[in-house]
Amino acid sequence: MKKLIYLDNAATTKLAPDVLEAMLPYYKEYYGNPSSIYELATVSKKAINQSRETLAKSLGAEENEIYFTAGGSESDNWALKATVEAYKAKGNHIITTKIEHHAILHTAEYLEQNGCEVTYIEVDENGVIKLEELKKAIRPTTILISVMFANNEIGTIQPIKEIGELARKHGIVFHTDAVQAFGQVPINVDEYHIDMLSGSGHKLNGPKGIGFLYIRKGIKIRSFIHGGAQERKRRAGTENVPGIVGIGKATERAVASMEERTAKEKELRDYVIGRVLKEVPYTRLNGHPTKRLPNNINFSFQFIEGESLLIMLDMEGICSSSGSACTSGSLDPSHVLLAIGLPHEIAHGSLRLTLGEDNTKEDMDFVIDAVKRIVERLRSMSPLYEDFMKNK
Amino acid sequence: MYTEKVMDHFQNPRNVGEIQDASGVGTVGNAKCGDIMRIYLDIDDNEIIQDVKFKTFGCGAAVATSSMATELVKGKDVGEALKVTNKAVMEALDGLPPVKVHCSLLAEEAIHAALWDYAERKGIKIEGLEKPKTDIAEHEETEEY
Repeated sequence: MKKLIYLDNAATTKLAPDVLEAMLPYYKEYYGNPSSIYELATVSKKAINQSRETLAKSLGAEENEIYFTAGGSESDNWALKATVEAYKAKGNHIITTKIEHHAILHTAEYLEQNGCEVTYIEVDENGVIKLEELKKAIRPTTILISVMFANNEIGTIQPIKEIGELARKHGIVFHTDAVQAFGQVPINVDEYHIDMLSGSGHKLNGPKGIGFLYIRKGIKIRSFIHGGAQERKRRAGTENVPGIVGIGKATERAVASMEERTAKEKELRDYVIGRVLKEVPYTRLNGHPTKRLPNNINFSFQFIEGESLLIMLDMEGICSSSGSACTSGSLDPSHVLLAIGLPHEIAHGSLRLTLGEDNTKEDMDFVIDAVKRIVERLRSMSPLYEDFMKNK
Repeated sequence: MYTEKVMDHFQNPRNVGEIQDASGVGTVGNAKCGDIMRIYLDIDDNEIIQDVKFKTFGCGAAVATSSMATELVKGKDVGEALKVTNKAVMEALDGLPPVKVHCSLLAEEAIHAALWDYAERKGIKIEGLEKPKTDIAEHEETEEY
């Protein structure tokens, strides 16, 4: 089998062997329902509490502010829908951005259809939110500001602290979707004035199907899933004990290795960016050059289309993704790439490479060579490139 | 997602390139939707397509349908080439995913556009050939929540 180079860690990550090891006893031996009273079940209960403590500590939060969910999308849905319900006496206005994940955007659109008003703040050419616009958008009826910590496609990290301060000053609840940032960058909910934060297990070498929502004490949002007293009556359903243990272990690992791991990723990231921009003409880097996730690389190659590029990279054993329409299942390219001002044809030619803890410099050299070769080949077949060269 | 034939024509596309002094050239699609195809035809005095080349900006299916369309019209006379439909292109590729059917329409249209260009240059009329739309990509937003 040819070597696989996995560069789609923003989509999901490989479950770390020690995380799996930590989870297995909770499938095999300690299968008790944590709500039961016998000894067997108390082991599960204890494991949940320990995981909750790990997560709380990693965010500078209290244990009783962490609520386990089935993943990032549920956390985002919960945060938005429950805030709207809880604060309807105050108002019906939400502020978010044009570059959020669809778990936020589609939820916001759903809420708009049900009587909410939503302002979608624009971002600059690097994907950074326009703070002045955010300030101007605040109304007396604004109940929630939701801005992602870091973007999943272009990796841009938002000025979360400034946004948090602004929200706090105006008495508005501040939620951040930190699914991509959690485990990648240090986050302290008090320092950043975050009231709610969504996170997910499978983006940091943990299991799929587990996430959490941090809810600051005093934020009065209610249950989203009804039917039991779990999670302090705010999220019913028998706990996903192995998943909870897994996200706890994954968080512990991610926090412990963060400095060293992200330093290595940043070095590889900047190496790839530097070489590709220098060696492949008519290429741009999407996202902020420095205020970006340590593992995110996103290029646009002019005159070629992303899906073709992905298939050819896949044939070389390289897993990557693109914001091209063909990969999004619609006719439009990524909303994020359009929001940073890229014309459609350039957005179609995007390539996202997201690094993980296993990637090496040798891998990167292989990938860069493959990208160069494939881009050149696709350009030689492109009528856009032909016209461009003729008119040059 | 793609059939073996589609993958084969994507990986080893037939007839890629340009023809200098082509008898007819047709370009269809638009960059906004992510697909552009250009077909070059070399047609002799007996109206036989002696050579055909293509260039395509687009996804795997766009490249494969262009490649297959050129294979299907090569060596045919103008009348026969006109009868190569998108359905024929799809069948020859053992099918396409539903979201990629428009690529085969684009390939058919690219052939027609090149034939139209040929007819215009020669000042002739080809029976059954209508002026092609240069842009046949769909525009409607279909996403629903």
